[in-house]
Amino acid sequence: MAEANTAAAASEYKAVIGLEVHAELATDSKIYCGCSTTFGGEENSHVCPGCLGMPGTLPLLNRKAVEYCVKAGLALNCKINPFSRQDRKHYFYPDLPKGFQVSQLDLPVCQNGWLEIKSGDGVKRVGINRIHIEEDAGKLIHGAADTKIDCNRGATGLIEIVSEPDMSSPEDVYAYMEALREILLYTGVSNCKMEEGSLRCDINISIHKDGEPYGVRTEMKNLNSLSAAKAATAYEIKRQEKVLREGGVLFQATLRWDDDKGLNYVMRVKEHADEYYYFPEPDIMPIVVTPEEIRLIRDTLPEMPKARRERYRERYGLSEYDAGILTVNKALSDLFDQAAGAGAPAKTCANLIMGDVARLLGEKGLPPEQAPFDGSALAELANLVGEGAISSSAASKVTEMLFEPVYAGKSPKAIVEEMDLGQVSDESALREMCRQVVADNPKIAADYRGGKKQAISALVGQVMKASQGKANPGMVNRLLQELLQP
Amino acid sequence: MNETQKQELASLSLAGVAALLEKREVSSGEVTGLMLERIRESKNNAYICVNDGEDGGALKAAAEADSRRREGKSLGPLDGVPMALKDDFCIRGMKTTCASRTLENFIPPYTATVAEKLESAGAILLGKLNMDEFSAGNATDTSIFGATRNPRKPEHVAGGSSGGSAAAVAEDTAYFAIGTDAGGAVRQPAAFCGVVGMKPTYGRVSRYGFVHYASSFDQAGPLSKTVEDCALALSAIAGFDPRDACSLHDPVPDYHAGLRGAEEFKSFRIGIPKEYMGSQIRDDVRQNLTELAARLQDAGALVEECSLPNAKYASSAHYVISSAEFNSNMARYDGVKFGYRAKGYESYEDMLLRTRGEGFGDEVKRRILFGIYSLSGGRFNDYYLQAQKARTMIIEDYRQAFCRYDLLLTPAAPVTAWPLGTAFPDPAQAYMMDMCAVPANLAGIPAISVPWGADKAGLPMGVQVMAPALCDDLVLHAARGIEELREVRAHG
Amino acid sequence: MAITKDTIRQIAGLAKIGLTDEEAERFARDLSKIDTFVGQVAKLETEGVAPATHSVQMKSVYRDDVMIPSLPREELLANAPEHDGSGFLTPKVLDEG
Repeated sequence: MAEANTAAAASEYKAVIGLEVHAELATDSKIYCGCSTTFGGEENSHVCPGCLGMPGTLPLLNRKAVEYCVKAGLALNCKINPFSRQDRKHYFYPDLPKGFQVSQLDLPVCQNGWLEIKSGDGVKRVGINRIHIEEDAGKLIHGAADTKIDCNRGATGLIEIVSEPDMSSPEDVYAYMEALREILLYTGVSNCKMEEGSLRCDINISIHKDGEPYGVRTEMKNLNSLSAAKAATAYEIKRQEKVLREGGVLFQATLRWDDDKGLNYVMRVKEHADEYYYFPEPDIMPIVVTPEEIRLIRDTLPEMPKARRERYRERYGLSEYDAGILTVNKALSDLFDQAAGAGAPAKTCANLIMGDVARLLGEKGLPPEQAPFDGSALAELANLVGEGAISSSAASKVTEMLFEPVYAGKSPKAIVEEMDLGQVSDESALREMCRQVVADNPKIAADYRGGKKQAISALVGQVMKASQGKANPGMVNRLLQELLQP
Repeated sequence: MNETQKQELASLSLAGVAALLEKREVSSGEVTGLMLERIRESKNNAYICVNDGEDGGALKAAAEADSRRREGKSLGPLDGVPMALKDDFCIRGMKTTCASRTLENFIPPYTATVAEKLESAGAILLGKLNMDEFSAGNATDTSIFGATRNPRKPEHVAGGSSGGSAAAVAEDTAYFAIGTDAGGAVRQPAAFCGVVGMKPTYGRVSRYGFVHYASSFDQAGPLSKTVEDCALALSAIAGFDPRDACSLHDPVPDYHAGLRGAEEFKSFRIGIPKEYMGSQIRDDVRQNLTELAARLQDAGALVEECSLPNAKYASSAHYVISSAEFNSNMARYDGVKFGYRAKGYESYEDMLLRTRGEGFGDEVKRRILFGIYSLSGGRFNDYYLQAQKARTMIIEDYRQAFCRYDLLLTPAAPVTAWPLGTAFPDPAQAYMMDMCAVPANLAGIPAISVPWGADKAGLPMGVQVMAPALCDDLVLHAARGIEELREVRAHG
Repeated sequence: MAITKDTIRQIAGLAKIGLTDEEAERFARDLSKIDTFVGQVAKLETEGVAPATHSVQMKSVYRDDVMIPSLPREELLANAPEHDGSGFLTPKVLDEG
């Protein structure tokens, strides 16, 4: 009874949700100096006088950081500002060496875009308010008595993607993050390794009853996985509903999500707006992006995953599921496109990628970008399967060999020949083999003839074994059926 | 050498000593030794530290310069010439204090571009020069190492913030010095001490590696005994630096080889903005400039009164923008990565409050507080933004003035050096002492202060010549011409 | 308008400068005078005038995305008031994210 009431009450409120997503840029060097952006490494081993904020040092803006920001903006349908600027945002914290963060206040690189996400059975457009570049802070390591600062991550380039408050459920948040992640990965703007903190989000939530003004907004900081973002959103909506239902008052507050405990707690209540005394960064010249530069960057944009999935279904007749799996990773999707685009049977290509290739990449611990062969090799392999020249188990074997350094650069055809994996489709030879197997297994043959039709698979297996896996299983099946006819 | 010879050698110009070094009539070891000796004997407190460390310091570098000369591998006119730098230039492995408790023990692991360029020209670094704490001041009396005395009148200030630099040149303990100027900090002390001081076009000299005061105004520039020396030093330090995004790509002319003098006045149209000849300028300073104007006319120049309509907003606009930038540049001193950390704190917050409370002097604090005041509490539009708009209008005033005139001429400062220990009852009054100098920083244009005249007490006065951006050579020609007129006046 | 001691306290809080009562009073007095002096600029008619952040050039300046070696750690830590050989140490702070 009580439960039913709760559920009924919950539906009175509408949630208004906006996200601020920070993505670390996939540049080799930091945003204002030449230090490496490699994750990990010894503490304070990727730090120079510049990113430590020593006096007299000067920032030099990494061209690639601006290009990546523009690229993300174009992929998210934003307007690119021809003139933008960096500003200094001041606050004191030990992870911020200069006492200010270089960010962008009123003139960001990108503004007014949108992203389409799955919502329920349909799709929904979430507005992108702005995307700007800024620098990351260092990392704090809390000891018993003191706090240690590791500046390796400090001054790594970030983009902050600020959405409009167009989301209304935890599912929306998940779908938005998923879609955004996909786009950032496809454009190469960020490696989006949430476990390394290279993609994180802050979630702003308020609730209100239909027809009433928006409620008091809270901000949850630093969610670093899609599932945490979803769970934290669900928790915060419920928490706000509970406070309001019980006649309580919500405060504008900054919250922290504890993913282990599955709850949030208040970090601080905001009594008045923060003072960051921003002003234009005098050491960095304004960022001017010309139409020509925008065109050049637009030309480098890859086809986005959503468009790829549609194309895979329409042109290659793949299932929605297969199309979804293939586009999870851009490198695998590119591999498929190269192979299927070269005319190889699409379904076979997809099966090879989703099966053996994915499995072997996992076993070898290789990222898909480092697969040791290209789409033309995969096309050749798929064609061999399609023509019946090799069996699917032989194809597995060839795929395995393609991952072996000794076969590096060899074509699948050459491997098939070298390993003698060619499928035996010679009917008279196969018939002789089948005859022998039937003769050697009179009991199984009798079972089959007696009506146990599944017994045939045991005989097929025997023939395959006898042929060392090279017999064409389809033909073997047919020949055995002919031989066993009463 | 006897004392007279030593005095003669010490009082030579940079060009003069370079000629002797070139002819090998004197060695760098000798002049460097002489300078070090004079620095130790001086009572003017121009130097914060002397480069005589365990690594051999200045004398070792001088010996190397001498062996280069012997082998005919001289690096040019500055090779072996002893000089010094304001103590806001970072040099790897050498203390850079900015005359502050905050950086009292700071040893940077990098070197300023200016210092690198001078080193590769063979110049010998004698030491680091006194200054106002973090350049916040205009009398070199906010230094934790005590005030620098004016070598012309030791009971008077040397000016500032590059007061140590001006004093070292004036007292003959360096053949030239490099200071930094965000609001007259090279030109005003040069005027007070009777030496030449130049602020080049913004971006002409790299800002990499000197401790920034106000980033959009900061320029390094030479202080020297003569305009020719200034041209020699500027040629050595000017040029594009990829480490400074504000650095200019334009080619650097040879300021020294191309230097012309009074004969140029025949083709010069010179404007004297009336806004810098008003009641805020002391009478004798004004008369001094009028007298120069007459001589310039005699030399063939067209000299006219002109107007910079927004001049009266320059000092306040400069103060607002520079305080905002200064505060921001000072935010890095939190006692965490480098610099002073207070003792006896109870928490991170407490450590910050104590560190910054104890590490900074009053003038630094005043400017930090005003910087935040003007940017916070909704005051941004009325202060900072308004100041930037005033800056636009002032830049435009100068652009228009330079359509009619090749050069603008003003006093370098409204007064001469004031007595040590003078307390301005109103801090704004002290800032007005920079009123003639700050417009060149707002507009980014080159400006030079060259000695001309003195007051009744014998304290030197300087006159300032300004030209359009990148016409650094033009201000040098004019300053050299004024120097020639001074020589004529002295002898005739 | 005069700047009060409370305003000074609030600004000093942002600046993280610990002030004694005497200092707060003195700076309130000083800053009030400075504010009067600076007040001129607020009166300037600036309708239609664009703000200038720089005096000279106004075009983008970039560096290429090229890695250069960082500073050896012992040099990086050499000026630190307190470190443990691998990182800078401060009194413990609560993580604000």
